[in-house]
Amino acid sequence: MDFQVVVLAGGTSKKLVPLVSKEVPKALLPVANRPVLSYVLEQLELSNIKDLIVVVEGADAALCVGGWISAAYVDRLHVEVATVPEDVGTAGALRAIAHHLTAKDVLVVSGDLVSDVPPGAVTAAHRRHDAVVTAMICSVPVSGLSEAGSSGAKDKTKKPGRYNIIGMDPTKQFLLHIATGAELEKDTRIRKSILRAVGQMDIRADLMDAHMYAFNRSVLQEVLDQKDKFQSLKQDVLPYLVRSQLKSEILINGAPQGQQAKENGNDKVSYRILANASTPSFHELYALGPNGSAPVRRTHKCCVYIASNSKYCVRLNSIQAFMDINRDVIGEANHLSGYNFSAQNNIIHPSAELGSKTTVGPHCMLGEGSQMGDKCSVKRSVIGRHCRIGSNVKVVNSVVMNHVTIGDGCSIQGSVICSNAQLQERVALKDCQVGLGYVVSAGCEYKGESLARKEK
Amino acid sequence: MDARRVSQVVPKVRQVGFVTHSDPNPPPQASRTQSVPIESNSGTPYDSPDFSPVMIPPPRHHSENLSHLRSAAVAVPESSSRRPMWDDRVAVVGSYNPGNSLLGQPVSPNSSEVNSEASTTLGWFGRNSSGKFSAGSSFPGGGFDLTTVKMENFTQLEGKKPEAVPGKGGGGGVEVNNRESSSNTLKAKTTKAERRETQEAQRAAKAAGKAQGNKPVAAAGGAGPSNILRQPSQNRDDPAVGSTIAGSDRRGGDRPPERERKKDVPPPRMQFDDQGRVNKSKKRAVFNQPEAKNRVELFRHLPQYEHGSQLTDLESKFLELDSMHPAVYKVGVQYLAGDVTGGNARCIAMLRAFQEVINDYSTPPGKTLVRDLTAKISSYVSFLIECRPLSMSMGNAIRFQKSRIAKLPLTLSETEAKAALCNDIDRFINEKIILADKVIVRHAATKVRDGDVLLTYGSSCVVEMILLYAHELGKQFRVVVVDSRPKHEGQALLRRLLAKGLSCTYTHINAVSYIMHEVTRVFLGASSVLSNGTTYSRVGTACVAMVAHAFRVPVLICCEAYKFHERVQLDSICSNELGDSNDIARVPGRPDVNSMDNRTNEKNLQFLNLMYDATPSEYVSMIITDYGMVSHIDKKCSFFFLAFLVVC
Repeated sequence: MDFQVVVLAGGTSKKLVPLVSKEVPKALLPVANRPVLSYVLEQLELSNIKDLIVVVEGADAALCVGGWISAAYVDRLHVEVATVPEDVGTAGALRAIAHHLTAKDVLVVSGDLVSDVPPGAVTAAHRRHDAVVTAMICSVPVSGLSEAGSSGAKDKTKKPGRYNIIGMDPTKQFLLHIATGAELEKDTRIRKSILRAVGQMDIRADLMDAHMYAFNRSVLQEVLDQKDKFQSLKQDVLPYLVRSQLKSEILINGAPQGQQAKENGNDKVSYRILANASTPSFHELYALGPNGSAPVRRTHKCCVYIASNSKYCVRLNSIQAFMDINRDVIGEANHLSGYNFSAQNNIIHPSAELGSKTTVGPHCMLGEGSQMGDKCSVKRSVIGRHCRIGSNVKVVNSVVMNHVTIGDGCSIQGSVICSNAQLQERVALKDCQVGLGYVVSAGCEYKGESLARKEK
Repeated sequence: MDARRVSQVVPKVRQVGFVTHSDPNPPPQASRTQSVPIESNSGTPYDSPDFSPVMIPPPRHHSENLSHLRSAAVAVPESSSRRPMWDDRVAVVGSYNPGNSLLGQPVSPNSSEVNSEASTTLGWFGRNSSGKFSAGSSFPGGGFDLTTVKMENFTQLEGKKPEAVPGKGGGGGVEVNNRESSSNTLKAKTTKAERRETQEAQRAAKAAGKAQGNKPVAAAGGAGPSNILRQPSQNRDDPAVGSTIAGSDRRGGDRPPERERKKDVPPPRMQFDDQGRVNKSKKRAVFNQPEAKNRVELFRHLPQYEHGSQLTDLESKFLELDSMHPAVYKVGVQYLAGDVTGGNARCIAMLRAFQEVINDYSTPPGKTLVRDLTAKISSYVSFLIECRPLSMSMGNAIRFQKSRIAKLPLTLSETEAKAALCNDIDRFINEKIILADKVIVRHAATKVRDGDVLLTYGSSCVVEMILLYAHELGKQFRVVVVDSRPKHEGQALLRRLLAKGLSCTYTHINAVSYIMHEVTRVFLGASSVLSNGTTYSRVGTACVAMVAHAFRVPVLICCEAYKFHERVQLDSICSNELGDSNDIARVPGRPDVNSMDNRTNEKNLQFLNLMYDATPSEYVSMIITDYGMVSHIDKKCSFFFLAFLVVC
């Protein structure tokens, strides 16, 4: 289908400290005991995409990700892992691998997207309109932007967090305005020319950019070449393309307008027949001269694909999101996890050992080789592989990664405990994150803290 | 090909609309749809009672059928004056007899230019069709004893299958008998090929029977077709004979032409009320199309899907459809989403996609280009049909495309072959669509006079060109654009006309009888013109044509010759297209009247959103094609001519 797929796996995101580290880059964070990147790759594999480029920031992270991919997808996918320096941003990453891109269109997917929206839908919408960029947008997750879910509930006066402000035409096919990041705080400015050309604009604050874009390759490369200050696709390239859609400065090669019509008379006529027969979008109407003569203005189209509400689509870009996704993947959106759930609606690996009077509730997961002592209770939590959990431990709404040792009498609520961490006896954690290999000494109580080893 | 299906022995045929029975007297409704008014056609061969209204179009490559029809056409009383014109048409196409055109206008000064243009078009045509026409035009016009020919045929028939009743009503008789005989053979051996063969044989026998029925009339008309007629008629009898003899020798001589014909005859159109077949085809389908639940009983045989969900389903499969060429996919999505509408545009879009397919094509090892590419294009076509049923013009274009592939010389290398095919497509678009439009525009512009008020319905690209061209010529006229819900196609036309400075009136079809008082000419486009003169076009066209007819306003249909089809259709029921029922349930921009919204699945409510209708030819004063203008009087004969000219 002449599409190339680029997965931006990122590196070690600062937002996710202390969950991520040099050993565990963001792409390998476990979601229901599978690296988050595998969700994207599997979705792509389902769509029959075998060749893809995974871009990782930083050499160490690239080594980890590359190692994992080659082990997991050895004869299923043909994956090229490209390394880019850290902090070049998404646009910089694409700039760095520009010479690898040859197809007509490029599908750029963020590696932290957990979604069951078929990527084909985005690409099809892109092709249908001959757009320069098509962005997938989805509805904002229920929990909102706030870092800690519990604080949001208490503080009711606080406005719900916004991810994006998105303006669309009434048919919901074209993107007319997008505000991201810092722009959200300022007043929204909308181009008059666009508004005049379209006539009506729907502005939505309940949608967010899912960071899955289909780009016309030549346009993308041209923009990246010309605007070397652009750092991020989401905050620079996309708003730029949207802003300039009615006074396009880019040369679309193979543009349907202009060149083809000039070739000779007959082609011109056939082009006109085609143009007259199709319902013109506002771009074409705007491009026309004052009396319907040949197009005088250059335009390009920015499309959107709105994922339906029944689909699951969340990005893992904060600790809260990490918790939510883990809960959803073994809960509501359990078709994503690829596991078979037991009759009790949970997954307990056959090699896991449970002590007497230990209960594992629904929407839970217990990894391979984990041991639990007596009288434990696990609710809505994910426990990784080879964990050793003592007696009288309560784990609620938490994520426990691999090789974690938890002493007797611990209580863990709403927390994330990274691999190789050790919790000694009678530790009580609420809304905490425990970093890789951290040791929590006996009897401590923490609430809403992030515990990690000091980086050497 | 519903008409064809009806006549076959398939037991599960759903007979919709007007169906001829073996009863020799056609039902009274049928005579209404014959396009020549009853009182005027006493001399034509078509009003004989055994000329069944549901005529089976004879297989194309049987030149004897063609020559027969042609000769029958010549046998119209005033033919002596027109015969030279026929020959003219073959030689220099685009000329027309000014005396015949209804409006009686002199040939415009630029018609010679038109002729030269058109004749280049035909030069290409002629290559394919020369055989037929030379056969047709070479017969001497002299008086001929046709009765002997006829008698010979009869004796032949009677000798070999005594049950065939020749003469009037022969068509029906032969058919019935063949059914019996074929059912016997069916019991005896039921391999697929043989069943097919018997069907073909029946079809041929039927054509023979019909010819028998028509021949006496042709003889009475005076101009006798001669040995040409005789020799093929023997040919024609052969398969029929084969079927009755229940053949030991069937595997012999007449197999290759049979097979050839098989290739040529398009498969019968699917009847969507036949549950078994629908299920079977669903398995083959590229994407999932939930069918609408409440369908109008009369139109159950047409595909109707729940619009809306199709597109998302197809879109989500985009990357999974490995075998689909992106260009074809894009065209399919555009059809489905309604981004591209209109016969010419859809045809051009499809051909351009095929051009890209051919460009990107490379023959897989162990296969030949001719076969593999044909199969590939067939699979693409079936995908496009899934997206939206093909228009007849597209069918013609596809047939052309396939015939070009089949006729590729084997000596060509792959690159040469691909270049040749792309070139062919370019030429098809240029000559059959664009140049044809130009010629039509020139012709039609002669019909626009100063002070005229021209009415058009919907948005036809060729009518638009006519209006713009006439405006460029400096003629003073006014345009009435009649439009209808739910598509409001006329608005786009109106906008473009206004941009060029024409003075326009815009109205909806409800008001057509009021506005018709001041109109002097009606120009309409057509999706297709069928060989009985019926115009198949956007729904509402028939209404406009009838109102115009009642007001004695000439109705001019503008239609490129590639949109002509040999099919005969009497109504718009047996073949039509159903649109999205939500379109008519919902009034855009008026939330206050959307009480019908969300009621599309209500049990006792059925929506019918027809896309096309059929205009009987008596309401049409003139058809303007790229081969000239065909006026009311000689339309009958011309359609056969044109239909066969096109399908070559």
